[in-house]
Amino acid sequence: MTVSPSRVLRSVLREEAFYFFTSIGNYTGQSASSLDEFLQQIKEVNIKSLEFHLYREDFEKWIAQTLGDAKLAEDIKSLRNMKVVGNALRDRLYFLVSRRIKDLKIAPQASK
Amino acid sequence: MKIKGQGVSLDSLDWQVLKLLHENAKFTYTEIGNKLDVAHSTVYDRIQRMEKQGIIKKYTAVVDLQKAGMQQITALMTIHTDPKESESIASKLAEFPEVLEVSSSFSEELVINAKVVAQDQAKLHSFIAHSIAPLPGVLRIRTSIITKCFKEEASPLIP
Repeated sequence: MTVSPSRVLRSVLREEAFYFFTSIGNYTGQSASSLDEFLQQIKEVNIKSLEFHLYREDFEKWIAQTLGDAKLAEDIKSLRNMKVVGNALRDRLYFLVSRRIKDLKIAPQASK
Repeated sequence: MKIKGQGVSLDSLDWQVLKLLHENAKFTYTEIGNKLDVAHSTVYDRIQRMEKQGIIKKYTAVVDLQKAGMQQITALMTIHTDPKESESIASKLAEFPEVLEVSSSFSEELVINAKVVAQDQAKLHSFIAHSIAPLPGVLRIRTSIITKCFKEEASPLIP
């Protein structure tokens, strides 16, 4: 399946942004409207928020359904399956997303 | 005894009628008249006037949803907002059917308090994440899910 890098890297509307919570109904005040902002927030949000969303499958849903990047969603799903937690989760998530952004930015038209 | 509230004067008979209606809104004019030892036409006039003045806002049924077979959870949200957007956020919250009560309060900072219902935790979270968090001016949200209610009174009548 091909994806359009510009589509994945675009900024989405406020209603479609990703909102970081630490638990049910507890919003941190941090959000991401693009994959670049998402990467930035991975560095900054409370680790509890990363764990909360990873194990609810929220990250992969947002990345696949809103940004349209099935590959990155699949990579994040595998991270979930490895049951990574704590700072290891933050580091691995950051690595996956930053690598994907780099690939998408150098891709000329479409990326696998 | 006359008590003034927001420019409307209520006498002791009005308050007694209100108390009885508050206890049971299905009391007839005659039943209220008998309890207060006044004519049912007097009760009718008082109620008509208080309805027109908006003192009696509506008559409603208190439904035990669990007995009715409906599962639902109730949560209390504290929403920290940009003070400039506070009124607008409160108005928008009030439009959602899931939101039962909205108020603003001030301790160390101005916050909006809201009582919200949902079928389950997943739906509650989805509602907050997709409908409340994206509102412009929402800074953060704290939510507590009510586990047990010890008292629930719509509006206590303390004249």
